[in-house]
Amino acid sequence: MATAEEVKKLAALARISLPDGELEKFASEFDAILAYVGQLESLDIAQSSAKEKPPLRNVMRADGAPHEGGVYTEKLAAQFPARDGDALSVKQVIRHD
Amino acid sequence: MTKLNELTIAEAARALRAREFTVQALWDACAAAAAARNPELNAFLEIFDADDAAIAAAQKRIDTDGSAAPLLCGIPLAMKDNILIEGKIASAGSRMLENYRATYDATVVKKLKEAGALFLGRTNMDEFAMGSSTEHSAYGPTKNPHDTHRVPGGSSGGSAAAVAAHLAIAALGSDTGGSIRQPAAHTGLVGLKPTYGAVSRSGLIAMGSSLDQIGPLAKTVEDARLLYEAIAGRDPLDATTIPAGLYPARSIPEKFRIGVPRHLLEKGVDADLRAAFDASLERLKDAGHTLIDIELPMSAYALAAYYVLMPAEVSTNLARLDGIRYGHAVRGETLLDDYLLSRTSGFGKETLRRILLGTFVLSSGYIDAYYYKADAARRVLRREYEKAFGKADIVAFPTTPSPAFALGEKSDPLSMYLEDIFTATANLTGMPALSVPMGFVERAGKQLPIGMHFTAPNQAEDTLFVLGTAVEKARGA
Repeated sequence: MATAEEVKKLAALARISLPDGELEKFASEFDAILAYVGQLESLDIAQSSAKEKPPLRNVMRADGAPHEGGVYTEKLAAQFPARDGDALSVKQVIRHD
Repeated sequence: MTKLNELTIAEAARALRAREFTVQALWDACAAAAAARNPELNAFLEIFDADDAAIAAAQKRIDTDGSAAPLLCGIPLAMKDNILIEGKIASAGSRMLENYRATYDATVVKKLKEAGALFLGRTNMDEFAMGSSTEHSAYGPTKNPHDTHRVPGGSSGGSAAAVAAHLAIAALGSDTGGSIRQPAAHTGLVGLKPTYGAVSRSGLIAMGSSLDQIGPLAKTVEDARLLYEAIAGRDPLDATTIPAGLYPARSIPEKFRIGVPRHLLEKGVDADLRAAFDASLERLKDAGHTLIDIELPMSAYALAAYYVLMPAEVSTNLARLDGIRYGHAVRGETLLDDYLLSRTSGFGKETLRRILLGTFVLSSGYIDAYYYKADAARRVLRREYEKAFGKADIVAFPTTPSPAFALGEKSDPLSMYLEDIFTATANLTGMPALSVPMGFVERAGKQLPIGMHFTAPNQAEDTLFVLGTAVEKARGA
């Protein structure tokens, strides 16, 4: 069922890179797991239940200022892998060359 | 006399008010036990230094307010490593967050602090709460205090081992597919997964957001109730929390109609465990409760549905861990390299497996066959339970199919997943569920605890506490 090539594609989508040897192992474990969850395919569930409205609805709070500006800045910035003052340093994304 | 660390919350609270000992003495007893046994059990990833100000404040509150002080005041608790305590590391058992310090208190932590509770330390867990043994922790497995060659269950295995070995009076865990109830069963504790939305998840590191709930692991049903009541309630910081009375109120019967889905127990359940379950049911019958056969046919597909929906949510939730803003960060040539290197080296095997599985079931060719089908099965399951609660007050089955297994025994992923076969249904339906000790089975000369599992209708936690107490009484506990 699952091939190393497919797992590699999934890994790329999930921003993960696996060495070739591990791709094979993941693929074979996937087969066992998919064979188990695949029993869902034999289920004949009426369309009505498939399209039912979810029992919970989203609740939004009113816009507002939950706290004073800046009170968390230092705590959050302290977690940055790299910082420039209060700014988070990242690689340049757009190149000009 | 019972050692102080071996007391329950209710016993310790009473004794503190009677001035039999001080908050400091209770803390010291737990901290000493934790320091002595943690090297062997690996229940705690970190044992916190005593917070002298908090201990003094708790003592003063008890001295001043007496019986008006909250029962949790001065009680040392253990917290699962995915629940944020401001200023403390919260690693979720992962290298990815090895050095991540919480920038705020989880709502449950805020509530416990307001009640005067103390925090002994953060407990080991399967990475990002994915696992049923605590073997998937990046910091080594936790051992079961009843037999250190065996697992304590998971993912809240550290919390379970800490309470079962009397290193903490009680603990909080989180439950996505059984992660509170299954370790409670394997370590002889009471574990509660509250109704979906009953307890705020603000400050809980998310795994499967339509499934996760925080709940207590405790030595008695009474303690589980005390902790639950202290942490429950609507929270503006978690839009999924529900108001009291959202679901129809149900009166608590004097004699319960206990629904038993016997068709689910015909195969795959350990014979000794099955015999103990049947004996527990007989004791309840002798106490005047009625046993009813019920059918929950979709339960046979519940675990399959769970292992589609949960990885889908995991892959989405863990996408935020990208090595850019916080957590494990490895740098490469390009921005894409930064993501790839950070995520690949930050996550453990099981986490990677579930992210890949989730990515698969959500991908365009497969979302109909897997995700939508699983979601539909979930709705049918919920309806089956609602129907069953028309004729039964509560649904009972064993918490796990077998007693605690040996470390390393379940090395293939699927056999580990099958541990959740009974517990995952309550996460899918959202309904509250409780595991209560129902005795022991003997394996290799060791007495291993096993648990009985009750599911109640939404917001009927009280029903669980009343019947759970009846089970304790019937066992003479």
